[in-house]
Amino acid sequence: MMELKFSLNGKKVSTIIEADSLLIDVVRDLGCLSVKRGCETSNCGLCTVFVNDKPVLSCSVLAARVEGQNVTTLEGLQEEAAEFGAFLADQGAEQCGFCNPGFMMNAIAMFRENPHPEEEEILSYLAGNLCRCSGYEGQLRSIQTYLAFKDSQKGGV
Amino acid sequence: MLQINRYVKVSSLEEAYELNQKKNNVIIGGMHWLKMMDRMVGTAIDLSGLGLDEIIETEDSFEIGCMVTLRQLEQHEGLNKYTAGAVADAVKDIVGVQFRNTATVGGSIFGRYGFSDVLTVFLALDTTVVCHKAGEVSLQEYVKLPQDRDILVKLIVKKVPMAVAYQAQRHARTDFPILTCAVSYWNGTWHAAVGARPGRAELVVDENKLVSGETATAEEAKAFGKAVAKQLIYNSNMRGSAEYRQQITPVLVKRAMLAAGKGR
Repeated sequence: MMELKFSLNGKKVSTIIEADSLLIDVVRDLGCLSVKRGCETSNCGLCTVFVNDKPVLSCSVLAARVEGQNVTTLEGLQEEAAEFGAFLADQGAEQCGFCNPGFMMNAIAMFRENPHPEEEEILSYLAGNLCRCSGYEGQLRSIQTYLAFKDSQKGGV
Repeated sequence: MLQINRYVKVSSLEEAYELNQKKNNVIIGGMHWLKMMDRMVGTAIDLSGLGLDEIIETEDSFEIGCMVTLRQLEQHEGLNKYTAGAVADAVKDIVGVQFRNTATVGGSIFGRYGFSDVLTVFLALDTTVVCHKAGEVSLQEYVKLPQDRDILVKLIVKKVPMAVAYQAQRHARTDFPILTCAVSYWNGTWHAAVGARPGRAELVVDENKLVSGETATAEEAKAFGKAVAKQLIYNSNMRGSAEYRQQITPVLVKRAMLAAGKGR
């Protein structure tokens, strides 16, 4: 047992963990239920959270390693999530929605890192996010229409 | 399931080395592979507080700390300029951005995994490994050694003038590779590292000078590719047969040789 202090969605939190506690379980215990366990083999991207603004797989990060770090889940990105989520819904991109939070997290990471990605860059950045009900076409369309909307908001490119 | 009794973020390499002498203790890199194991770990040793997560470019080399992530390798401007993008090409299809943000180069090299794109590309470069006790060893030698209790501290890639390119064959992007291949021309000779056969990558050097110089013709590249395929041992697994791997080796070697951009 050890004490862990870190920042979760901008709030300082302190909790008791085991040496082998995984970040996914700790953030879920702290109420961030958007973080999903899909494959548990570091492959599906469903458990994506940000550690110091970088997207990582929380199922494969020892909770002890985030001592003093900033962790962000979809709960902490509600504004961006609602805005981009509407475009996903408009395209009917998803059916069951289970992969949605991890996908949104990584898409948001991409928007921040590369606001004008080419189609190939989108496919490459999001290749680690699996969806078992779609063919990814709806997600791709929703990203492209969302980015076009963001550009038009800024007065176009 | 992976179980860990104690977690220690060490404050020196010596502390890590001492802890690592116990058989049930282990150094954690990105922890992706380790987590897949059914294993009881006494102490998980974390090197992330030692500043080993940097790529330092000097006049004649790149020093790559063991905790540098695959994503850092992919995005490092100097390293990719020197290798004409071969390092980025080697890691870009490894799972996803999130995975590459935590998977470490030290873990990839120390593990000497057969499927390793990372090991393959560094084998084709003039790379040495610096271990805490054993000191500097060539990667070519290191890859053949069994996993020991020493600590892989960093890689050193010397900036010899070089042409290099990377190719891999996968059933699907993000899957494990069926075959990995990195070729390079330096010190007047072509080199080809081929991995995922499915055994760990090995380096073949064009000692018989099948290729006359840096600009290989298609025929020369094919001849060297065939020689490489003949010299290596292949096996079958769920991703491909030994015969298939041997068949596609000359194809990947040739493609890479013809694509090899000149390092700067």
